[in-house]
This record gives sequence, C-alpha cells and structure tokens, in this order.
Amino acid sequence: MNALVFDAISRSSLVLEARLEFLRLLRTPSFAIPALLFPVMFYLLFGVLLAKPGASLQVAHYLMATYCVFGVMAPGLFGFGVTVASERDKGLLALRRALPMPPLNYVGGKLAMAMLFAAIIFVMLALAGALLGGVRLPVLQWLLLALVMVFGVLPFCALGLLVGSFANGQAAPAIVNVIYLPMALLSGLWFPLKLLPAAFQALAPVWPAWHLAQLGLMSIGQPTSGALFGHIAYLAIFTLLVGHWAARRLQREP
Amino acid sequence: MTAETVAQLCAVNKRRGAVLALAGVDLAITRGEVYALLGANGAGKTTAISLLLGLLRPDSGEVRLFGLPPQDLTARRRIGVMLQSAGLPDTLSVGELIAQVRSYYPQPRSQADVAALAGIETLLNVRYASLSGGQQRRVQFALALCGRPDLLFLDEPTVGMDTESRQQFWKTIRELVAHGCAVVLTTHYLEEAEALAQRVGVLAQGRLLAEGSLDAIRARVGRRQIRCISTLTAEQVQAWPLVHSVQREGDWLRIVTPQPEPILRELLAADTQLREVEVQRAGLAEALQTIAREAA
Repeated sequence: MNALVFDAISRSSLVLEARLEFLRLLRTPSFAIPALLFPVMFYLLFGVLLAKPGASLQVAHYLMATYCVFGVMAPGLFGFGVTVASERDKGLLALRRALPMPPLNYVGGKLAMAMLFAAIIFVMLALAGALLGGVRLPVLQWLLLALVMVFGVLPFCALGLLVGSFANGQAAPAIVNVIYLPMALLSGLWFPLKLLPAAFQALAPVWPAWHLAQLGLMSIGQPTSGALFGHIAYLAIFTLLVGHWAARRLQREP
Repeated sequence: MTAETVAQLCAVNKRRGAVLALAGVDLAITRGEVYALLGANGAGKTTAISLLLGLLRPDSGEVRLFGLPPQDLTARRRIGVMLQSAGLPDTLSVGELIAQVRSYYPQPRSQADVAALAGIETLLNVRYASLSGGQQRRVQFALALCGRPDLLFLDEPTVGMDTESRQQFWKTIRELVAHGCAVVLTTHYLEEAEALAQRVGVLAQGRLLAEGSLDAIRARVGRRQIRCISTLTAEQVQAWPLVHSVQREGDWLRIVTPQPEPILRELLAADTQLREVEVQRAGLAEALQTIAREAA
C-alpha cells in the first residue's frame, strides 16, 4: 500500500461510509434482530426475572455488565467476519479497491458502525438494568461502563476481520458462531465462572471476552479477578496482533 | 510515454499460480479512445485489467496509470470502474450506493446527471436487491460514471442487459468518449467491440497477438464474403478458382474469397436469377480466428 492518504475527501467519505454501513446492517434482519434483541432478552430473563433475591451476588448488576460484553461481541464478530467474507466472495472488496476508495474507509467505516452498535446495545442494557433490574450506579460508573463497551468492541472487530479474511461467505456465519457462543460461555458472560469446572476457570484468561468482562465489572464496582492493567494490555495486544494479521491477509493478491 | 497516454503496460509478466497469465505484454491506451481487449476465457484479459487497476502487481515490467503507479490515489481518482462481478450491498438503495461512490471523488457528477446517463432516474429510492439483473448492471455502470472519469474500465459491461439497454449503454459511451473519456473494454460480444472500439488488442495465452485499429485488424484477414440468393449449388461454386469456401443457408449462398470481383462476374453469368448480392469485408470474428490460427 502507498502512504495512507487522509485528506478532506477521505474524511467526509468516511462519515458517509460509516452511516451506510450502519444502515446496511440495520436493514439486514438476520443481523440486526439477534444483535440488538438477544442480549437484552437474555438479560431480562436470567438477570431480572429468574434472579434469586438475596443471592450473595448482585445478579442484575453482574449480568448487566457481562451481557453488555455478550452484546458488543456481535457487531465485531458478525459485522466484520460475515460481512468481509461475503464482500470478498462477491467481488465487492475488489471493486472498492479499484475505485478510489480512501484506504482507511473500508475498515474505518465498519469500525464506526461496530462502535455505534456497541453504544446502542449498552444503552438498551443500561435501560433494562436501571428500569427493570433495579440497578443503581453513580453517573461516573455508568460512563465508565459505556466507555469500556464502546472500545471493547475493537478486539472482536479484529477477530471478525481475521475470520473474514480466511473464510468464504458461506462458511463465515458458522465459524463466527463457533467462536461466539462457546467464548461467551467460557468467559462467564451468561453466569459466573465459579459454576463451571475448575479447568474452564483456569482457561478463562485466554479469551478476550473474559478480559473485557472483567473491565466491565470493575467499572461498576463488582468483584473481579486480575489487574486492570493486565486486562487492558491483553486486549490492546490482541487487537493489534490479530488486526495486523488480518490486514496482511486481506492485502495479499487474490 | 506521451502526455496523451492514460494507461500503460510495459513488458509486463504476471504469473497466476502455475500459469503465466501475461507474458511480455505492452499496451497503451490513449486519451479519448475506446480500446477493446479481446480474447477467450483465460487469455489474460482480467489479469491485464487487474494490473491496470492496481489490484495486482506485475512480476516484472511496469504499469502506469496517468503516469503514476496504479495504487496512487490521485491517479485512481481519475478512473471509473465497472467490474464483471460486483455484488453491491443488497439492503442499500440505488441513491445511497451512488452517494457512497460519489464521496470518493473530488468533483463528482451530480446524482441527477449520473442517474440520467445510466438511465436509472426512476430507481434511486429502490433497494439494490429488488432490481432486475439488467437494472443492477445499469446501476454498476452509474457507479463507474460518478467521478467524471478520464478513463473508464468496463469489464464485460453488457452481460445481462437486454438489447435496448445495450443500445442505450453504447450511446452513453459514445457521448462520454466524444468528451475525451478513454475506455478500456473487455467483451465477449464482438459486435460490441465493433460498435464502440477504435483500437483492439487480441490476447491469447497471455500474449498480445495483435493490436491495432479495428480496420487494421479486420484487414489482417484479406477475405471478403459474398452473400446472395442463387439457384446454383454449393458444389458448383466450390469448383471455381479463388473460392475459399461455400455454404448454403436456405436460399442463401455464402461464399468466402480473397478476391470477390471475378467470382461476381462468374455468378452473374452462371445464374441470371441471381438476387440480393452483398459483399462484405470479413467480420471481427473471422479476423480473430485467423489471428489465433496463425499464432498457433
């Protein structure tokens, strides 16, 4: 690639690109409905309706943070993984590269889309928690949680991009689901890891979703394991390495 | 390279897997001309286009777009592209797709102009998925026009278009070319090359077998074709000197010959009922067959 150009055309084009990418996915029911509704539905079911009162854990608080993580994984994994795979298949990626699309637009537009979806998913879960789950937090903690979730989408964007650079459009949804659901379970997003066998608990630090969940729980003052810096460093390094690998694969000649 | 050259391959070699997709190919496209790249599937047309677009890099040799490497954004902002297969996002409307591509260019055509040129004025609010195949092709053409390109790449542009759309499409191309736009065209329809191109390049197995004006390529085949309605049998005519081949198609006789004049005299003498005589230079199809045969 030549030096990255980021002039006025590129900037205004990126804004439009992000908006259209968001609209495109919002109008794709197979993405939008599960991505926007499932986290809130599961949270209301397991975090609010079925939560035992007087449990040692603040279930509504704990699960609000972890279902946020479950929610923000989807726009990263599906929005990148499935989209990039099918756009590669259909020749759209080649067309965009042949057209004078500013080089940062392709990934940049999708990143902005994913962060916007993450913000919406956070707001939906926060409303569900505050209005129906009785979650009460200081303003600062709400803001911290929002920040963690909006940026927390990035490692999953990188992972999605990598899947999209390997898989074809047919295989990508299956591969993404094989990553998404087990990782959610093994990272303690659906229920605390203490309920799983010790081996799975020991494995947890491998998953980026576990680290993000710890950051989310930390930001709202829930019990966590590991150090703040360790979680941030893991997620940053994971994002850079996986993103770099994916970018190199996508730049290879077809 | 002259100032008038807009795109160029210089001694380009390119291997795709085990196959040498292009071998020592030189070609140059000049401002305001339509250059048709012809050849069978696998001849190297798509590789040549991909190199000119900067999607591939040559193993050796040089590729230039407006005198710059084709990856350079300033060069690419002067081109428009319509690829053979481009699955555009189904859930976006035609207007949104046009807006997206317009945003890539410094001085884009207005949406109204783009829509009018491609004949899609009534489709702007329609989602891409609900268009017919021919309409989708026209939208892809519209996207190629968004940037007021000086050079337009059209890879099999009229596949899936009906006759009327195709005529409209040719008319638009001629208008653009009249205003100085150059076009690189690949096509399977030789009549399309004959209708549009000033120059033709013939690729086979990665080599440029022939290049020149449409007339020069046709003239590589010295033969003429005589069509007429005659009662003579094909066998009778075949026996005459200078007759290369004869075919009967219903009432019609089709005679191929390097020198039509003596044959015409013979015909008129032998058949007083002779009607509907036409003499044509061999078409591009015959020319390409001859070039391929000579090269083999």
